[in-house]
Amino acid sequence: MTKKIFNWIMGILAVLVIATAAFFGITQPGLNGSASGSRWNNENNVSSIKRRGYIRIAVFGDLPPYGWVNSQGKRVGYDVRLARRVAKDLGVKVRFVQVNANNRVDTLNSNKADMILANFTVTPERKKVVSWAKPYMKVSVGVISPKRAPITSAKQLQGKNVIVTKGTTAENYFTSQKGVGLLKFDSKTQQFNAIKNDRGAALADDNSYLYAWVKRNPKFTVGIKNIGPNQYISPAVKRGNKSLQNWMNHEIDKLNRESFFTYDYNKELKPYFGKEIRPSDILKQGK
Amino acid sequence: MLHSGINVLFEGRNFARLMAGLWTSTWIAVLALIIGLAIGTIFGVLRTLKNRPVRFILRIYLEFFRIVPTVVLLYLVYYILPRSLHVNWPATWMSVLAFALWVGAEFSDIVRGAIESVPKNQRESGMALGLSRLQLFRYVLIPQAFKLELPATINLATRVIKTTSLLMIINIMEVINVGQQIIEANNQQYPTGVFWVYGFIFILYFILDYPLSAWAKRLTAKQK
Repeated sequence: MTKKIFNWIMGILAVLVIATAAFFGITQPGLNGSASGSRWNNENNVSSIKRRGYIRIAVFGDLPPYGWVNSQGKRVGYDVRLARRVAKDLGVKVRFVQVNANNRVDTLNSNKADMILANFTVTPERKKVVSWAKPYMKVSVGVISPKRAPITSAKQLQGKNVIVTKGTTAENYFTSQKGVGLLKFDSKTQQFNAIKNDRGAALADDNSYLYAWVKRNPKFTVGIKNIGPNQYISPAVKRGNKSLQNWMNHEIDKLNRESFFTYDYNKELKPYFGKEIRPSDILKQGK
Repeated sequence: MLHSGINVLFEGRNFARLMAGLWTSTWIAVLALIIGLAIGTIFGVLRTLKNRPVRFILRIYLEFFRIVPTVVLLYLVYYILPRSLHVNWPATWMSVLAFALWVGAEFSDIVRGAIESVPKNQRESGMALGLSRLQLFRYVLIPQAFKLELPATINLATRVIKTTSLLMIINIMEVINVGQQIIEANNQQYPTGVFWVYGFIFILYFILDYPLSAWAKRLTAKQK
């Protein structure tokens, strides 16, 4: 009998839940900053973007302070501010496509987005598959570890497991290092949960947001600030899209002249990084 | 500490966002089920026919969708189809397509099994009455098979609802994807947010799936 009542309650709850979900889902489209895809179109040069009236820009959805979604359901962050500015200067609307690190290349090649502004580091391998505009940030790989067992040199990593996200430069770098075990994850959320749960001795990723993450998670420290070569972060467009690439090069020159990136840094990144990091540690400006 | 973490669900518009994400999962699952069940019924009936080539082709179709993991299917429709066949629909429609084909495959086997397990004398009585083949299916076999296949169909439905959680890999804003955004955005304020957000999502899925599985259980008990 009680079982029957329980089943009835669950049935009613299910109907209620679906009704609420439908209410929010239908009455407030775009609540999660979602982007609708578009029909197949090989035309993604500047003039056809202007003609269609919107540019599709791929950004992260779970990586504060670069690309994330705030409690109001609005996309914000350093890359997102840049994306909105780019769209404004093109004179079109912006449509965001959310990506994870390992599907950034596919997103461009399958024509799901016109441009990637998702903390995308320029590497020789990636140069073969996408086209890059001028860099707007510089990074190298950093390694974080718990403060109680800090790792401060590459030697300490021998025979230990390092946590990385698939498709990142950190994964590339450590794959070529012998004697270091890798634990690979699909998203930033997963990799940071893994280090919190002691799945590995350390976590390697771009130092630019490890600084931010460590500030929010004081039990961890950036033991190794730079490992591997210095690299740059650039906007990426589909390979061979010369028109958009050239336009973006001019745009970055222009934004550099008016110190847009310093403004963007102060607005989006500074609150996350703390005082020990200066804009010149991150920004790539011709000064 | 733990009791403060629950506020992450009600911060800003987080609750509305999670529910909107759940709606995305639900309508994709329901639409895929409707299309898939229609495809599955037709294919299931065709598979009971004596025609060998038809049965062979449908068998390959079934095995393909049963063996290939759903993650791979989603990647295929979202990234490979646009590149090779220039079919570039929104992600939600592509996922409905992939799910519907998968449901169709699984359901065709359920339908075939059910039709074949209708007692032989039913079929023979029907033929003795002079029913045509179409009438035989329409009035004798399918109505009886329907009762037999219902519990398995409901189980399939619960599986489809659960599997929509994979849609996050093709960047659909379904409930898990929204959950991850919320966790990362509120990491600083609510370090235990991950527990509450996933806990809440667990409850949502449970509420959707439990009535279905209870219903299936009751139907199975009735048939005995």
